[in-house]
Amino acid sequence: MATEAHAEGATGYIIHHLTALRVGEGFWSLHLDTLFFSVLLGGVFIWFFKNAADKATAGVPGLAQNFAEMMIEFVDQQVKDTFHGHSKLIAPLALTIFCWVFLFNFMDLFPVDILPGIAGLMGIEYLRVVPSTDLNATFAMSISVFFLIIFYSIKIKGPIGFAKELMFQPFGPWLTPFNLLLKLVEEIAKPISLALRLFGNLYAGELIFILIALLPWYVQPLLSFPWAIFHILIITLQAFIFMVLTIVYLSMAHEDH
Amino acid sequence: MSINATLIGQMITFALLVWFTMKYIWPPLFDSLEERKKKIADGLAAAEKGQEQIILAEKKAKVVLKEAKDQSSEIVTLAQKRANEIVEESKHTAKQEGERLILAAKGQIDQELQQAKEGLRKEITTLALSAAQQILGAEIDKAKHQDILNKVSSQLG
Repeated sequence: MATEAHAEGATGYIIHHLTALRVGEGFWSLHLDTLFFSVLLGGVFIWFFKNAADKATAGVPGLAQNFAEMMIEFVDQQVKDTFHGHSKLIAPLALTIFCWVFLFNFMDLFPVDILPGIAGLMGIEYLRVVPSTDLNATFAMSISVFFLIIFYSIKIKGPIGFAKELMFQPFGPWLTPFNLLLKLVEEIAKPISLALRLFGNLYAGELIFILIALLPWYVQPLLSFPWAIFHILIITLQAFIFMVLTIVYLSMAHEDH
Repeated sequence: MSINATLIGQMITFALLVWFTMKYIWPPLFDSLEERKKKIADGLAAAEKGQEQIILAEKKAKVVLKEAKDQSSEIVTLAQKRANEIVEESKHTAKQEGERLILAAKGQIDQELQQAKEGLRKEITTLALSAAQQILGAEIDKAKHQDILNKVSSQLG
């Protein structure tokens, strides 16, 4: 990738924008930009909501509390609509996912050259500012959700119940191998589809912003303005989809057949 | 586009965020929401109750007002009756007093009459004596003729 980045012209520009700031080699390497921005955005989320939670009163709420409560009620409604059990984890998990993913995606609305440009001035060669255009970030969430699905399936249905579900559904005990294959594909498809859907949408969105940035300056606003407006919808929708699917998957894990 | 150790870092970050949200963010905000919901429900219930109480109080006030009116008219009636009684009583007293005064006056008049009679009697005695003196041309012994004089004066009474 490093060699490609030195390529000239449009291709070089695009590749440069989509290359992560990376240290290390092979698997044990880190994308510093992804880590930095996701921790930063997580911090923003935590700071805002903690601030609101500290000042939370049952009386007249302040502006921050109002907004935080709006989010809480929105997430709580989604959870109540889908999930019919008691869990202390699912609603906070859903809130974290929604806000974190939304903030990830929101980074996409910064003009593509601003942050990498500033970083360039500081001597950082590569900077990819949108964490959700990094498969590591999206898979980190979806794999965590996958682990939770497995954990709750076993916890609610018991190891035997879960194994039975894997082997005997949907076609009964006579087709056990086929059932198992089907179920495994179904389960594994969950995290992969979660991660790839978010990654694909945001990667493509970012790519289009970069392509627009390659056009002459007088054409750029005509295209990037409507695309940015459209993108406001996309980033919210993707965050919402990730959250809702997480709730749905976890409530499926809680359902005992 | 390679999967690498960033994944692990991201997962740790994610886990920490979820833990923090679960522990420190969700409960206070959610509780304050629930508490406010309860407060509002209580407030609405109290308002409804208050209104019911107002209606009750209005009814009660009407009853009390009616009672008061009845009572006052009763009092007025009683007072009128009492006033009539007092008037009657004072009329009676006045009449009695008048009668008494009349009686006293009559007594006094009688007394005065007696006195006048007494005076007259004496004077008549003197007059009769002097008249008899003149008629007889001689002095009558007052002591000798006392019996006669007494007879005359008692006839006058």
